[in-house]
Amino acid sequence: MTATAEEKMLTPEIDAFIAKWIDKPGNLIMVLHRVQEEFGYVPRQAAFEVAAALDVPVAKIFGVITFYHFFKLTKPGKNQIAVCMGTACYLKGGQDLIDECERKLGVGLNTVTEDGEFSVEAVRCIGCCGLAPVLTVNGEVFGGVTTKQMVKIIEQFEGK
Amino acid sequence: MAFKNYILVCAGTACESSKGIALYEALEKELKAQGVDAEAQLVKTGCFGFCEQGPIVKILPDESFYVKVSPEDASKIVSEHIIKGRQVKELLYDQDQSSGTSADSIDFYQKQQRIVLRNCGVINPEYIDEYIAREGYAALEKVIFDMTSDEVIKELTDAGLRGRGGAGFPTGVKWGFTKNAQSDQKFIVCNADEGDPGAYMDRSTCEGDPHSVLEAMTIAGHTVGADQGFIYIRAEYPLAIERLENAIAQAREYGLLGDNILGSDFSFDIELRLGAGAFVCGEETALLASIEGKRGMPIPRPPFPAVKGLWGKPTVINNVETWANIPMIILKGSAWYSSIGTETSKGTKVFALTGKINNSGLIEVPMGTTLREIIYDIGGGIRSGKKFKAAQTGGPSGGVITEEYLDTPIDYESLQSIGSMMGSGGMIVMDEDDCIVDVTKFYLEFTVDESCGKCAPCRIGGRTNYNILDKISRGQGKVEDLDTLKDLAQAMRKASLCGLGQTAPNPIMSTINFFEDEYMEHINEGKCRAGKCKDLMSYTIIEDKCIGCTACARVCPVNCISGEVKAPHVIDQDQCIKCGQCFTKCKFDAILKG
Repeated sequence: MTATAEEKMLTPEIDAFIAKWIDKPGNLIMVLHRVQEEFGYVPRQAAFEVAAALDVPVAKIFGVITFYHFFKLTKPGKNQIAVCMGTACYLKGGQDLIDECERKLGVGLNTVTEDGEFSVEAVRCIGCCGLAPVLTVNGEVFGGVTTKQMVKIIEQFEGK
Repeated sequence: MAFKNYILVCAGTACESSKGIALYEALEKELKAQGVDAEAQLVKTGCFGFCEQGPIVKILPDESFYVKVSPEDASKIVSEHIIKGRQVKELLYDQDQSSGTSADSIDFYQKQQRIVLRNCGVINPEYIDEYIAREGYAALEKVIFDMTSDEVIKELTDAGLRGRGGAGFPTGVKWGFTKNAQSDQKFIVCNADEGDPGAYMDRSTCEGDPHSVLEAMTIAGHTVGADQGFIYIRAEYPLAIERLENAIAQAREYGLLGDNILGSDFSFDIELRLGAGAFVCGEETALLASIEGKRGMPIPRPPFPAVKGLWGKPTVINNVETWANIPMIILKGSAWYSSIGTETSKGTKVFALTGKINNSGLIEVPMGTTLREIIYDIGGGIRSGKKFKAAQTGGPSGGVITEEYLDTPIDYESLQSIGSMMGSGGMIVMDEDDCIVDVTKFYLEFTVDESCGKCAPCRIGGRTNYNILDKISRGQGKVEDLDTLKDLAQAMRKASLCGLGQTAPNPIMSTINFFEDEYMEHINEGKCRAGKCKDLMSYTIIEDKCIGCTACARVCPVNCISGEVKAPHVIDQDQCIKCGQCFTKCKFDAILKG
């Protein structure tokens, strides 16, 4: 093992969170949410540390992570673009936005651009159907997006 | 009234994304700058429902209803309306004022009746006092001090309240099971895992009126004898989570949650648990597994959660919309509630009206309202003058409703009888540009992706059906494929373990029933009349219209358009990837899609 891998990954804040939840049954998913909030994904080492802290098998943790769409095992881009593919957005051109995004950034879905700036994912309904088609960048919602605006939105976040 | 005017600004997720927060801040600044911040009270409210026209600002007491307000309009609203008392005409929804200027006069609101959304767009959801001022927690007080458990259950049963998550099970009966179950501990759960893509009523309720859910859950706790409640909410709804957490903290501070509620010997508390993006967790047994921190896989019922639920204890699970109805039923009585609606379905239903409709938004109508009223009177008809094709209700578990059934009054039974279902309340309107095979494929892709994989009928049947639909959409289908689709659908309905698998084939059965001709066109003629199925589509340049501006050739990502400048261009059909960029780019309508 390298020296860096031996360093503890979970931050003191996460440790405190775990301490608060440790006696509550069903705490695993809440802890994983907290870990992902910190790192943007669930790093392998963090999963091992959570396993030790909560005293649950690592296999169970990976079982949960891989079952739920929300948890990620790879690091997303600095700017995360999420295109809504709920029904209303799909009918109003959500797929065109994804195609445009892929063309503009040169990456497929769920991959990160080479410079680590952007990653694109298709997500389930984000509940802004009245504004379809919708996408979010780092959580900020953009409604009624056209493929032309798509380019501008990407530029807005480039290099930030 | 301490203030002369109240300015209500929508702060729901949809309006927020239309810069509602910037607008709120601009108004705040202008009120101060123009020296009238002591005269007008600025209030952040929940969703008004008219998301299409957001951000929305409503000014009391004259009820002026301003739409599509931008931060730049703030100065004018303050200087004209607040100071001079004159409406800003260009911001009114109905600018010629033929029908008045308040929200009630707008067609969108006229046929609506708001029970669940009674406080959305009226109160500031971040302050418990505003909820209490509108009879909030009065129902809880009544339940704790003036009613027995049996009386509460009888009231709900007499009211005819049925589960709004989609299945329509009588709420009073469900509570009765849990009340009568013998156990040292019982739980109350709120299902806020709104997974149906295209529905957002639960998010808006949690954001706009979080206390209505908390109050109802506490009522249930007192009625069935539970001391702990959980709200299972999607992690994708950060604003709703924030508002609920805030509301829980305030309720605890006021002694409305926690030990000895309202000074009685009853104690009850509520915690949030976050979902993590699994549609199957909307199914109650899967939801409970997820709260327990496990993979969200359903288990066979019975035993039902009402008897054996969370950690094996009796558990009442209701959906957000169901909860939000309950305080009103307790306060106004079952006779009032059951006077609204149809024979079998009482009260109102909230729908997220979206798709190719003029007025997208969140609506609440009495049961028994017809689809025609919803689509044309409230929704304002189809966008861009296109032709109505179908309305889809019930999401990935539902079906389509066509023109000839538009006069069907909406209730649980009538929707089922025409091959659709109530569902959680998504209502998506499709026009002639939408391909029925493509939409069905979309839903199947969704359910295949969301299937937990535990039982074979859902895991294998869904995938096989998806593959067949994919083949049809590429023009490679055979006539007998339709029979295979139907056979598999039957098998899935009968043999799947949970609601997801049992209802996943509904979109197939419903669309084949109403639109068999369109399936046959794809199969026999290799034609997609809506031009949605890419493999059955081609782009060609109309020689007479092309002026040779080269715009299309420059935008083509695979360089398959050739031609001299100022001479008609040609698309190489073998190379074309049908991305449609040339079609969008051409300013002379010289490219034919079909």
